Amino acid sequence: MLAYIIRRLLYAIPILIGVNLLTFTLFFVVNSPDDMAVSQLGEKYVTPEAIAAWKVKNGYDKPLFVNPDAAGVAAFTETIFFNKSVKLFAFDFGRSESGRDITTDVSTRMWPSLAVALPTFVIGIWVNICVALMVVMFHATRLDRWAVFLFVSLMSISYLFYIIGGQYLVAKTWRLVPVSGFHTDGQVWRFLILPVLVGVIAGIGSGARWYRTLFLEEANQDYVRTARAKGASEISILFRHILPNALIPILTGVVVLIPALFMGSLLIESFFGIPGLGSYMLDAIKSQDFAIVRTMVFIGSILYIIGLILTDISYTWADPRVRLN
Amino acid sequence: MKPVLLWSDALIFLLVIALILFFYRLRRDPQTRERWGQVFSSRLGMVTFTLIMTYVGIALLDSLHFRKALDNPESLQTEEVFYDNKVTSVLDILLQGMGERFERTYSAPFALMSFEKKNMRDAQGNDIRDFPPLKHAGTHLEDPSERGADILSRSLTALLWGLLLSAVVIAPQWLMLRTSANPWHASWAVQAAVLCFFTWLVSISHYYHVLGTDRGGADVAYQSLKGIRTGVLLGTLSTLVMLPIAVTLGVMAGYFKGWVDDLVQYLYTTLSSIPGILLIAASVLLFQVYIDLNPDFFSIGMEKADARFIALCFILGVTSWSSLCRLIRAETLKISQLGYVQAAHAFGVSHTRILSRHILPNVVHIILITFVLDFSALVLAEAVLSYIGVGIDPSMGSWGNMINGARSELSREPAIWWTLTGAFFFMFILVLAANLFSDLVRDAFDPRTAARRSEA
Repeated sequence: MLAYIIRRLLYAIPILIGVNLLTFTLFFVVNSPDDMAVSQLGEKYVTPEAIAAWKVKNGYDKPLFVNPDAAGVAAFTETIFFNKSVKLFAFDFGRSESGRDITTDVSTRMWPSLAVALPTFVIGIWVNICVALMVVMFHATRLDRWAVFLFVSLMSISYLFYIIGGQYLVAKTWRLVPVSGFHTDGQVWRFLILPVLVGVIAGIGSGARWYRTLFLEEANQDYVRTARAKGASEISILFRHILPNALIPILTGVVVLIPALFMGSLLIESFFGIPGLGSYMLDAIKSQDFAIVRTMVFIGSILYIIGLILTDISYTWADPRVRLN
Repeated sequence: MKPVLLWSDALIFLLVIALILFFYRLRRDPQTRERWGQVFSSRLGMVTFTLIMTYVGIALLDSLHFRKALDNPESLQTEEVFYDNKVTSVLDILLQGMGERFERTYSAPFALMSFEKKNMRDAQGNDIRDFPPLKHAGTHLEDPSERGADILSRSLTALLWGLLLSAVVIAPQWLMLRTSANPWHASWAVQAAVLCFFTWLVSISHYYHVLGTDRGGADVAYQSLKGIRTGVLLGTLSTLVMLPIAVTLGVMAGYFKGWVDDLVQYLYTTLSSIPGILLIAASVLLFQVYIDLNPDFFSIGMEKADARFIALCFILGVTSWSSLCRLIRAETLKISQLGYVQAAHAFGVSHTRILSRHILPNVVHIILITFVLDFSALVLAEAVLSYIGVGIDPSMGSWGNMINGARSELSREPAIWWTLTGAFFFMFILVLAANLFSDLVRDAFDPRTAARRSEA
């Protein structure tokens, strides 16, 4: 088990290097430091001297990959790639283009993200499974067909409408909670209810439909027929036989998402004014702050890889037949 | 009149021709015919297919672009013809100037007055502050109280014309297909509804703004219709970019195994571990920088917007091939173990021939299912990307841009709901139809569901 995890972590290194190379190419080769200087300085102040000064200040005055002026290892370390990308591996994220320390920003902003994303995730899965189980009980009836139609309809509504509609109904018309904002004191739940509610409702369509398919796939297995033949009640078939066996496909889809919860949700956070990592990314995209985007890409891929490893480990927990080697 | 062929127009027509040829070839295969027969034997299949075809038809009409010739003023003594900088499409003509009836600013659906007050001078010459009347709505009415009766009578007339038009369109189909076993009547019902709706919309838009006007005074119904082309093209072109990459790499990885497999797996794991939205946003921003640095490439604004649109399709395609590739790799791994592929090897059949004759035809169902499934996801993604600011060029009509421009309108007092409603309605119908249709296609083509059906 431990050996397996270590091997998987070692596999992650080439993937992370690949991710870094790709983002590096996107951000520096296509969009050269000169372009960045121009866009950061603003059209008015563009002079060759100003660009050169900006590049020195932000560390973009070195060659991209190989430095011919330096000797030995320094030929590779005295480059933009090493300074800007390889240092990410040591979790040295540097400073954003506006001069703020990215590591501090990330570590303070991930908590609000988690405060919204974790309840949404847990309640969402619980609601989806409950709804799906109810629908499966009425399998092959008219109710089942209409439920599937309802799920597909819910899926066909853009996420933006869920947010806009939720804010309009709950916050503006009924005045139950504030439209947006965030607090760090005891009142924080007032700001969390609506985003979590919107997130859960927006996910019901695709989630419940997916779980329904998983449960039906299990319901067609032989052991279910056997259980029915020996006289088990439908409820006990559903909860004692189908649900535990459907756990494996559920885990595949779900566990990989858990680490990504730290990243928060781009849309929810920006609409509800939550100072998390999602809105951080959005602001970085809008202000074209590539230092932040690069960091977030790196963190995102690490979390994804951790999610993959966790998925494998959770298999052994859910299904004793699975051995990792 | 001078035709304009934008890149996206050319691509979409090529795509339509390719799809027609593809389906024409597939018709010869009895198994495929049976599966399509299953899709179309249900009323739901007929209804959703007709709806999708309506959207595609509107998108194609909106892709036939041209620039109008301008009338030279008398003072200009020249034979040279000048063309309008604005690009018009066949759809604009069919809508009979719906997009040219601008107001000053917001107005509610079927309103006669503007939504916001303005300083005016009344007939007696006094300065007053009141709601100004609209320029293009209800100008034919002598008394505003006649509005209800006027709308009703005009709607009824339009509906009659719509029914007449439907009769003309459906009659030949009825003559040809009345003995068919498929439920064509469901399709005809939708066709009649669509035709009636559009006759009504176009005729009543001469007198009223059916869905009101937005901040810039543009007709919301017109904008929603213009969003159709963007949505449909984005959904199809992106998948078109993604397919060759995913299929080639997936089949090669599954068939050759070894280092090819390792490489492909490495590529798609790397790509899918990057948060998708960031990758897309970064690529779009970079392309935007490129466009801004090279403004001379494009002679008219529309071409610039179009270039950005194509780039977006391309980026969406390149960043989203990993899941299909994974599916195809797994399927190819399975197929290449089967007896007939082994037999082909034993007979010394070449790799290319095995791949094209034995492997590819057996993964077509995955490609088809993905194509239909991804379509609706891409239409939804467009709205989100436009909201983030990395979507369609704001000058190009799209539902995402409409939602983005209108997102704070509901929080006004009184709320402005019609822009969002317009975008919601047209987007929802398309995505719902595509989702329901993709369910049917998957049920018919996925061997797993097909096997379950034959057991039952």
